[in-house]
Formats: sequence, structure tokens, C-alpha cells
Amino acid sequence: MSEKEHKVSRRQFLTYTLTGVGGFMAAGMLMPMARFALDPALQAGGDTDFIRVTSVDDLTEEPQRFNFTIEQEDAWYTSDVDRVAWVYREGDEIVALSPVCTHLGCTVNWEGNEDYPEQFYCPCHFGRFEKDGTNVPNTPPTRPLDVYEMEIRDGDLYLGRTVQR
Amino acid sequence: MLQKIYDWVDERLDITPMWRDIADHEVPEHVNPAHHFSAFVYCFGGLTFFVTVIQILSGMFLAMYYVPDIVNAYESVYYLQNEVTFGVIVRGMHHWGASLVIVMMFLHTLRVFFTGSYKKPRELNWVVGVLIFFVMLGLGFTGYLLPWDMKAYFATVVGLEIAEAVPVVGTFAKTLLAGGEIIGAQTLTRFYAIHVFFLPGALLGLLGAHFYMIRKQGISGPL
Repeated sequence: MSEKEHKVSRRQFLTYTLTGVGGFMAAGMLMPMARFALDPALQAGGDTDFIRVTSVDDLTEEPQRFNFTIEQEDAWYTSDVDRVAWVYREGDEIVALSPVCTHLGCTVNWEGNEDYPEQFYCPCHFGRFEKDGTNVPNTPPTRPLDVYEMEIRDGDLYLGRTVQR
Repeated sequence: MLQKIYDWVDERLDITPMWRDIADHEVPEHVNPAHHFSAFVYCFGGLTFFVTVIQILSGMFLAMYYVPDIVNAYESVYYLQNEVTFGVIVRGMHHWGASLVIVMMFLHTLRVFFTGSYKKPRELNWVVGVLIFFVMLGLGFTGYLLPWDMKAYFATVVGLEIAEAVPVVGTFAKTLLAGGEIIGAQTLTRFYAIHVFFLPGALLGLLGAHFYMIRKQGISGPL
């Protein structure tokens, strides 16, 4: 191959190699920092323990509010956090609803508004849910209330994390 | 593509002369290691700046996890180092880089001294350089307390005792630095604020002056 057929000039070759090597070194420096910052977004969600909430015998057809406490691990800070569940039974079936409104995360209450009996009511933007958690059409929420994963051991109700329906 | 974006901006803002002014200038033969290998001593200033950039970057990322509070500081450092992916590398960069800055700055100072580069008309730049040196020491001193372990705590106790030994203003200086009589909650928040806001701000200003004067006066001549 003669001199003239060289497609890459000396200057171009130097530009490519120097930016290549420089870019590699910069990436080696910046990559750990980027991964470090991304860590919370890439961490797998931890398992949640099932916590005893109540005896199954105490459940009624009417949704009742139950408070229970979970141990929450938040990076270097571990604390006891209060959780709420609205639980009722329908025949043999037990339903445990999360009180977090699916619109913007306020807290709903069973019959929280006198005008809407037999419904969950959210005071923030007047979102409403039926007894089984289904969102009432033409109110802000767009999906039903989340339900708790549950286990029944020796006649006691244990609740885990919430799942979307 | 990149060339097109550059041209688009350049057509409107005429940035090429600015770029020329900052970066496009000849390196004299006597400071170019390609000509005389011994000229590598002229690299220490640039290396100091390079390590400083790493310090600023790694520090910004560490601040995502660190809490300047006596209850949580140690735990948050432990968490970011041992639980967060690459935490040990990012904290390691900041930890070792802190020492490396001092080493590079010292070598840079030796080069300037032995080449006589501090002489007229560059006396002012020497003065600014000495101020940068003190700011760097301040960054090292305040940063050392932040992990809030035994070594950090007692190093600060000793450092503040030294400040207290200064005649007349010593006790006042110590109380001011510690934020009270106790070396504790207020000392930590104070040192954190100084470490991440006050001293870096001062450092950037001084570095700007340092570099402006080099460009204005040029690199000192050969020996």
C-alpha cells in the first residue's frame, strides 16, 4: 500500500487514539460514581415479613381498621413504622385493603364522608372506592385499592406487603 | 453530528475565539516532556488540578448518602462504603485523592521554587498559590472529621487544641470553629458546611485567579 492510499492522516490518527484512551480513562473514573449514584434504583426490593394483625374471629362483614407495626429498614436507619389495613370477611374470603388512595397517595377511610355510605372516601380530592376496593368511576382514582398479601396461621391473620391489582 | 452542533452554536455565538483563548496555545519546548523528559516536573500543577476535579466529583456523589449528624454520620458512611455498589471505590477515590492533592501540590510548589518561577512578575501568583495551599489544608482538616469515628473525633480534638494554643484569640477561635464548648453536633455540621460550601467556593475563586494569571503572564522561561 502506497503512502497516498492512507485514508487516515497522522493528525486524525492521533486525535482518535488520544480521545479513545482519554475517554477510556474518564469512563474508568466516572463509571463507579455513576453506578454508585444509580444503586438505589437498581437494588432489588427486600422481602417483607408477615406480621400478625388480628384473630380471624374478630373480622366482620364491615371493613374494620387494623393498625400494625412493621420493622422498616431504610438504608442506615431502622425503625418501627405503623401500617393500616381495612379488613373484612365475605363468607370464607378475607379481604385486606391498603388505605393508600391510588390517586395521589392520601389515606382513605371507610365511610369517611356521610354522603357516601358503604364506600371508602379520600378527603384530598374526593376519590371513592367500593367496599371491595374498586374505584368509583368519575372520581380521581384510576385503579382499585391495593391489597395486602395475607397468611392465616392458627386462626390469626398475618399481613405482608401490598400488591397492585 | 457533533461538528454540526458545534457549527450551529458557533455560527450564533462565535465560541471559537473563546475556545482558542482557553485551550489552544503552544506549549514551550522547555516545558514539554516530549522534548526534554525532565520537563515532566511541569506537570504537577495540572495533576493537582486533575486530582482536585476528582475530589469535587467524588465528593458530590458521596454527599448523596452522607449525613452530617452525630447519630447517623458513622452509620451512613458505613452504609455507603459497604452496602452501596462501588461505594468502597468512590469513598476510596475521595480518601486517597485527598492525600494525593497534598502530594501533587507540594511537588508543584517545589518545581515553582527551584525554577524560580515565583519571581517578578509572578509574585502575586505565588501568593495566590499559598492561599490555595491553606484552603486545601482546611479542606483536609474539615473533611477528616466527617466520618465521625474515633480517629476523626480525636484528630479534631487535637487540631482544635492547637488552635486554642494561639495567643490572645485562641479560645475564641476554638469556640468559633467547634461551634461551642463541646466538640459534637455543632462541630460536625459546621465542619460539613465549611468542607462542602465555604472552602470549595473559595478554592474555585482562587483557582480561577491562579489560572488567569498563568494565561496572562505565560509560563516562566527556561532555566
